[in-house]
Formats: sequence, C-alpha cells, structure tokens
Amino acid sequence: MDINATFIGQIIVFLILLWFIYKVVTPMLAGPIGERQKRITDGLAAAEKGQKDLEEARGRVDALVRESRERARSVEDQAARRATELVEAAKQNAQAEGARIVETARVEVGNEAQRVRDALAREAGTLVVKAASQLLGREVDAKAHAQLLDQLANDIARG
Amino acid sequence: MSAEATQSPSEYISHHLTHWTVGHGFWSWHVDTLLMSSGLAVILALALYAAARRVSANNAPTGFASFIEFIYDWVDGQVGDIYHGNRSFLTALAFTLFTWVVCMNAMDLLPVDLPGNVAKVFGADHFRVLPTADLNGTIAMAIVVLLLVIGNSIRAKGLGGYAHEWIAAPFGPALFPANIVLNLVELLAKPVSLGMRLYGNMYAGELLFMLIALLGFALASGLSALSGTLFVAEILIGAGWAIFHILIVLLQAYIFMVLPIVYISMAEEHH
Repeated sequence: MDINATFIGQIIVFLILLWFIYKVVTPMLAGPIGERQKRITDGLAAAEKGQKDLEEARGRVDALVRESRERARSVEDQAARRATELVEAAKQNAQAEGARIVETARVEVGNEAQRVRDALAREAGTLVVKAASQLLGREVDAKAHAQLLDQLANDIARG
Repeated sequence: MSAEATQSPSEYISHHLTHWTVGHGFWSWHVDTLLMSSGLAVILALALYAAARRVSANNAPTGFASFIEFIYDWVDGQVGDIYHGNRSFLTALAFTLFTWVVCMNAMDLLPVDLPGNVAKVFGADHFRVLPTADLNGTIAMAIVVLLLVIGNSIRAKGLGGYAHEWIAAPFGPALFPANIVLNLVELLAKPVSLGMRLYGNMYAGELLFMLIALLGFALASGLSALSGTLFVAEILIGAGWAIFHILIVLLQAYIFMVLPIVYISMAEEHH
C-alpha cells in the first residue's frame, strides 16, 4: 500500500467524471424523470377526481331515478283517482239519465192512459146515450141533450 | 497458469501484486490504475450519456436506458432519504461514485491472468486490473469527499462558524486544544476509513482469486490424481468466490456511495 502521485491523477479523473455526470448526465435524467413523475402524479390526481365525479354523478342519477319513480307513482295514483272519478261521474250521469227517461215514460204513459180513459168515457157516453134512446124509444136529440151528455161523459170519465 | 508455471507460488503472487509503475519515489505513477480507472470512466460516461439521451418524458424507458434510469432513481431515493434539501449535486456525486466504483470493482471478476497477459502483449511486465485495490484509487475519491465535507460545512455555517466549531466543540472554548485534536481525528477518520474499507475489501478479494489460482499450479508438474483434483477444486472454488464476489462488488460500491452522502449531510449539522 504505497501512496504516490497516482492519487493525484485519480483525483483529476474522478473530478472530470463527476463534473460530466453532474453537468451533463444527471440533468438529462432528472428533467424527463421529474416531468414523467409529475405527469403520473397529475394523472393519478385526475383519475381520483374522475372517480369522485363519477361517484357524485352516480349519486345524482340515483336521486333523479328515485324522484322520477316517485313522480311516476303519483301520476299513476292521480290517473287512477281521476279514472275512478270519471267512472263514478258517468255512472251518476247514466243513473240520472235513466231516471229522467223513466220519468218521461211514466208521464207519457200517464197522459196516454188519461187519453184512453177520456176516449173510453166518450165511447161509454155514446153507448149510454144509444142505450137510453133505445130504451126510451126515441132518438135522443144530441144537440138538445148535449149538455147532459157531456156531463155524463165527464162523470164516467171521472170514474 | 501454464504461462506462469515456471514461477514459484510466492513469485506468482508478488508478480500479480506489483503495479505497472513509472517514475520514482513519490512521483511514481501506477499506469495500470490510471489507465483502468480513466478508461472505465470514459466508457461509463459514454454509456451513461447514450442512455440518458434516450430518456424522455413522453415514452416509457426501454432497455439499457431503463436500467440506467432505474439506478439513477434508486440512488436519488437513497440520497433523498439521507439528505433533506436540494440534492441535485449529492445525487450526481452518489451516482458517480456508485456507477464508477461498480465498474472498477467488477474488474476483479475478470480471470486473474487475463489482464496481465493482455498487457504483456503491449509490453507491460505488470498489470493490476483493479483500481480500487490500489490505495491511491480509493484515497483519491476519499480526499475529494473530505474536501466536499469541509466545503459543505463552511457553506452551511460560514467560515467563522466552522472555525468556531473547531475550537469550541465538543468541550467548550476553554479546552480548545482537546477540541482541535478531537475534531481533526473525527474529520480524518472519515476519509481514511472510507478509502481503506474499499481498498481492503477489494485487495483481499483480489488476493483470494490469486490464491485460488495457485491450486492449478500442481497441474504443471504433470497430470495426477492430486493435480487433477486440485484443478477441479480451483474451478469450483474460483466460481463460488466469483459469484460471492459479485455481492461484495455491489455492496462495497453501495457503502462507498452512501457514506459520503452521510458525511456531507452531517457536515451541515450544527454542534
């Protein structure tokens, strides 16, 4: 282990190599590596942000779907209620109409019955007059007894 | 081994432990250490530059660039764990130390005789391929680390604050001689232990490869049951040690990368 001038040469070689690596090589490595690491970090941050955004959006979608479902259900309920109401109203209308028709028919039937009764009374009066004239043996003067006959007919009609 | 068969084992070892030296006394130079370390530095610089050119923010890294980027990222993470501040220089320092020391340590995995024989073709009698098994190589890096420690202390505390720490810490100004001695020991222990640790580990590893290579020497005196067994043992033990040595190569480089960062970040702390 002899120390001699060799170490001076070794120091010079070392310093030159160190200078070259410090000034040339490491900047060439540090720059791109740092840039790449920055990009990776940014990318990871962006991915995380995207993930968070996605989660948020998912939450919003869930809320929207829930709300829509609720609204649909309420619309459905409303429609069902409205339909029931409509049916109910139609039923009432129909009943009223039916009642009205029946009432009209009843009035008409009453009128008709009255008319028939009047006709029958007149017929009966005529028959009575005919029968009476035959019984009396002479013709009843319709004109002379018109008042009597009318009263008769009315009596019959009245029953 | 057959090429060295005329040598005795001790000659073989000492031959392999001798540097290719030029000059005399202090002004002698270990040409092998300088050649290997600077050659590896050039190859490393070119490889890193080629890899770094292909790193861009837009594409995923591929192949060798990805490998280099992975190492850089890992080193940067290690530095970031230790030092909390702008660490661009410390990352470069750690990155340089780790990659360069790994490259130099890995030379130990070459077959022991290959570099010497290649060097012989070029007319060199001795060639030690492992710059980190030369104390000059590791101490050189440790001295740079020491200077960075001092420089960083002064930058963090100011010249006055740093000088005050030399005189006043840890026992107070009254005991300033003891403080100075203690601080000197503390300051010098760091680079010495740093340089010696790497040097010792790699030197021992290299020496063990040489000792394992000696097992094959028996083959030179003719093929027998013993020499055949020793030859097989050399191959098996050598392979085992080489595989284990990969761990040491990386571990020592890692230690040599982390400790300077620890020292320099400690230098910013106030006492």
